[in-house]
Amino acid sequence: MEIDRLDGRKANQLRPLACSRNILNRAHGSASWTQGDTKVLVAVYGPKAGTKKNENPEKACIEVIWKPKSGQIGKLEREYEMIVKRTLQSICILNINPNTTTSVIVQVINDDGAVSFTLLPCAINAACAALVDAGIPLKHLAVAICCCLADSGYIILDPTKLEEQSMKAYAYLVFPNSILSVRPEGSLKVQGEPMEHGVITSGTQGAMSVDDYLNCLERGRAATAKMSTVLRRNLQPQIAGDLSKAG
Amino acid sequence: MGLPDAPGDLSSEVDVDAFRRLFPLRFYERHLTESIRPDGRPLGRARDTTIALGAVASAEGSALAKIGSTTMLAAIKMEVMTPSMDSPDEGCIAIDFHMPPICSPIVRPGRPAEIAPVVSKQLSDTISRHVIIFSVSGMINLKELSLVSGKAAWMAYLDIYCLDADGALFDAALLSAVAAFSHLQIPAVSLNDDGKIVVVSEENGGKLEKDAVNKERMKLTLKSIPFSLTCVLHKNYILADPTAEEESIMETVVTVVLDSSSQLVSLYKPGGPVLAYTSAIQDCVALTRQRMKELQKILDEANSGMEVD
Repeated sequence: MEIDRLDGRKANQLRPLACSRNILNRAHGSASWTQGDTKVLVAVYGPKAGTKKNENPEKACIEVIWKPKSGQIGKLEREYEMIVKRTLQSICILNINPNTTTSVIVQVINDDGAVSFTLLPCAINAACAALVDAGIPLKHLAVAICCCLADSGYIILDPTKLEEQSMKAYAYLVFPNSILSVRPEGSLKVQGEPMEHGVITSGTQGAMSVDDYLNCLERGRAATAKMSTVLRRNLQPQIAGDLSKAG
Repeated sequence: MGLPDAPGDLSSEVDVDAFRRLFPLRFYERHLTESIRPDGRPLGRARDTTIALGAVASAEGSALAKIGSTTMLAAIKMEVMTPSMDSPDEGCIAIDFHMPPICSPIVRPGRPAEIAPVVSKQLSDTISRHVIIFSVSGMINLKELSLVSGKAAWMAYLDIYCLDADGALFDAALLSAVAAFSHLQIPAVSLNDDGKIVVVSEENGGKLEKDAVNKERMKLTLKSIPFSLTCVLHKNYILADPTAEEESIMETVVTVVLDSSSQLVSLYKPGGPVLAYTSAIQDCVALTRQRMKELQKILDEANSGMEVD
């Protein structure tokens, strides 16, 4: 089904992506992620000694601090903090630095939406790049995307603020980055599906049918596969540089 | 000497309780291979659920919902307010979720629980979905809360208190909220001589009848009631309606909310070590469909019980 988008994109086309790392001097790791008009800056400090109360000291602890573009933090930001925290926990290898805390500070620089669902995926992508920059041990990367469902049932990816307002439902989805494997059989398979098809984080708003949701999953997977190559390409040359410095 | 690398070997020697404390995950996995849980439930079954309507006499609508030992008390207070300029013929709902220190050892006095604002936000997303332009799908028609267009409308304060937090907090909170709304009776009000809205008390109700805005206490019509089920994913197992212990040991939680017209209202999975594949998502949805029928029946029974009284 063809649909005209306000900015002339195709339904599956994302806004221009940009990611830069190591932009803050004092932070142990930092990254900014730009997707169209949405821009998020993330700094990572740590691992620092000791965990907070109510956290398991046998594992590394991650704390996420969300700073909105303006104003006080409310329930929405608290929810974002929790989602980013749980998502990062699932991609980090927490057994390597037990009894430490890693602080992830997410600063929204520009936000292209009021009830913006594109903001959270953007922040997760940025946080992921910042963790790589800080050298925190990760199992794999995570790639996040926002899908929108219009009234007539078509799905568009990575909506802008204007598009968001006329949609009936949204979903944000986080998938693992595909793992480049040296094994001959290629990527890992779980239950007959490649590993990168598993959902790390999912959230929805608005009502949709279950089939529509599964459709969103499918589209999201296809788009994140491309995004993960972009992310990987962005991270690789700098990693090589880091290694030569270290060696 | 390191840690015993095969904790299974110990299980024949140590006490079951000690084994449970030392190797909680092993303890659960042993049960899961037998398709049963430590409390005797099969994997897909939710705990016993009860709803008691009218638990708070001073509130216009209230309900006490229990899922296993998770207990939620929901109460709705109605107040007259001036509607906003953007929506002059709509009322408003304010939802708040409280976790006092009484509910769990994790919550300390003076320090709000981390999860409370998250549950609160999820609840308002689910109940007042009309924030998005398409109001057709919401549970409550806010137009029903209007009294005089542009002048007066009802503000419904829904407060949910968690009395006992034993897992599946969102499910219990949503159930208590829905039950409270089904119990809600909007009081009769009328305009007095100063043009102000006053609540008509039982005795002098007849006197002001000519100015009555709504003459009788009325109930809200609830359409597409949302019901939810939280599942824990662990390896290939799906455990419906987890207890707090299960949630803390197996960390991947998926909450599915479906409404009575079988639309997916929310599929919420905040991270977690286990990845959800399509098949697992479909299984969770199927379990929620089943659970929805149970909950609908329990809610209907609670409501019909009230009518008899």
